[in-house]
Amino acid sequence: MSRPRHVLPGFRLSLGFTVTYLSLLVLFPLSMLAWKAASGGWPHVIETLTHVRVIASLKLSFGTAFVAALVNGVFGLLTAWALERYAFPGRRLLDAMVDLPFALPTAVAGIALVTLYAPNGWIGSFLAQHDIKAAYAPLGITIALTFVGFPFVVRTLQPVIADLSMDVEEAAACLGANRWQTLTRVVFPALLPSTLAGMTLAFGRAVGEYGSVVFISGNLPFKTEIAPLLITMRLEEYDYAGAATIGVVMLAASFAILLISNLLTNWSRSRTGR
Amino acid sequence: MAAIILHQHRSRPRKATSESPFSRWLIIGIAVVFMALMFVLPLVVIFQEAFRKGWEGYMEAFDDRATTHAIWLTLQVAAITVPLNTLFGLAAAWCVSRFQFRGKRLLTALIELPLWVSPVIAGMVYVLLFGAQGLFGPSLKEHSIKIIFALPGIVLSTIFVTFTFVARVLAPQMEAQGQAEEEAAMTLGANGWQMFWRVTLPKIKWGLLYGIILCNARSMGEFGAVSVVSGHIRNKTNTVPLHIEVLYNEYQFVPAFAVASVLALLALVTLILKTLTTTPRGAA
Repeated sequence: MSRPRHVLPGFRLSLGFTVTYLSLLVLFPLSMLAWKAASGGWPHVIETLTHVRVIASLKLSFGTAFVAALVNGVFGLLTAWALERYAFPGRRLLDAMVDLPFALPTAVAGIALVTLYAPNGWIGSFLAQHDIKAAYAPLGITIALTFVGFPFVVRTLQPVIADLSMDVEEAAACLGANRWQTLTRVVFPALLPSTLAGMTLAFGRAVGEYGSVVFISGNLPFKTEIAPLLITMRLEEYDYAGAATIGVVMLAASFAILLISNLLTNWSRSRTGR
Repeated sequence: MAAIILHQHRSRPRKATSESPFSRWLIIGIAVVFMALMFVLPLVVIFQEAFRKGWEGYMEAFDDRATTHAIWLTLQVAAITVPLNTLFGLAAAWCVSRFQFRGKRLLTALIELPLWVSPVIAGMVYVLLFGAQGLFGPSLKEHSIKIIFALPGIVLSTIFVTFTFVARVLAPQMEAQGQAEEEAAMTLGANGWQMFWRVTLPKIKWGLLYGIILCNARSMGEFGAVSVVSGHIRNKTNTVPLHIEVLYNEYQFVPAFAVASVLALLALVTLILKTLTTTPRGAA
């Protein structure tokens, strides 16, 4: 762009290494999915995708991930707001805890969640008294997916809230708006795009989630069998083409999610003027 | 009375741009309760179950050949994965944060891609490449090289899954820090390596440390991807998370949670280091 940039060395080296590493370890292996899915021929692709069990699992994965994203949207927005705007004891601790799902292995989260929400667990026994089944039911899957997606909403929103300029809120207050009006008509519209971007990322992470779900879901065919689990089962049956076909559908969803979240981020920038 | 109220509000910048104390504490309360239920309780359960039979029962869990083997295998996987991904993260962050070029946005998006790909798919693609029916399957068999159901497959899928972390932490940090110091070093006659070791590295060391630790925690804890490629062979290809699954499914709850508690501690250390290495505001 400007001349001083050329002062710095290593452009070719770093770009070359990055692109080679990325292509060899991610892009080329991912292209195998399309190749293998096609290797079974179109009839097999259609047969796989119209199979009731596959449709049920895709519906379950996308449905529970969607609900989890909605829950995370609400609680993530409140948490990010509290962390950025208020001073309270334990704020830094809370802030650090947000990243727990990044750092805690999914299998560990999985066995902890199922122990909590099983009918004899701390929360599960309470829910059982009210005839609510969490573990081994879609509700349990949704809880696990809420767990894994939460940091994405908070971490997307925090810098946006921090950069929100106070002037507009002051202006609204000066013009006679009460705090509630300012929040709903000035602040919330400014935060909406990033909230949606964060929810999209949480959704994207949740759709493919495996480790924290397989323990709590119970894995009943047609009922609590998520799509990633079905992929592993197809692989174990050596139906590579079938597994790859389901994989292609999920990969397409991942690409769409990345694209949508990028568009939402741009929208957010245009709204908050960053 | 009025003086007390005034005093209470002195810490707030402007009363008109802040919520009433009631709404404020309500929002804080909701956030705290939500996170206590979702995050703190599962952590408590892990340690409570691990120590159900006391300290001796806890220690007994590690006095087991399969467990020690799983720990050894996981350490090997991390020892290969983390340096490679650190090198990649440094290169990627350098080229994305320091140069303008065509396709930069696409490259940035692709670097993030592995985060949104299901771990099961991350494992599956290597089975499709190197498995018995895979693209290179027959020729690997000819030379009797084992990748799937062996260490190389586990390492490859772990690299895929933890690919993003160092770059994701470093790139925004390097972009924010700017490049004036590097330019000065070059203008004053430093060569590329001198600039990197004496200027860039000291600038990014904390972010780099956090990226490495996060990458390490994820590579030791990866479950879905590894579970597809490993074949679950006890004493051979069971990593720690896979071993936890085996123990759990065999109803050996105390050992399962005891081993899990080690990974949970690793996660807590990761979070503490993150808090120490970033400014209070810093969102990765």
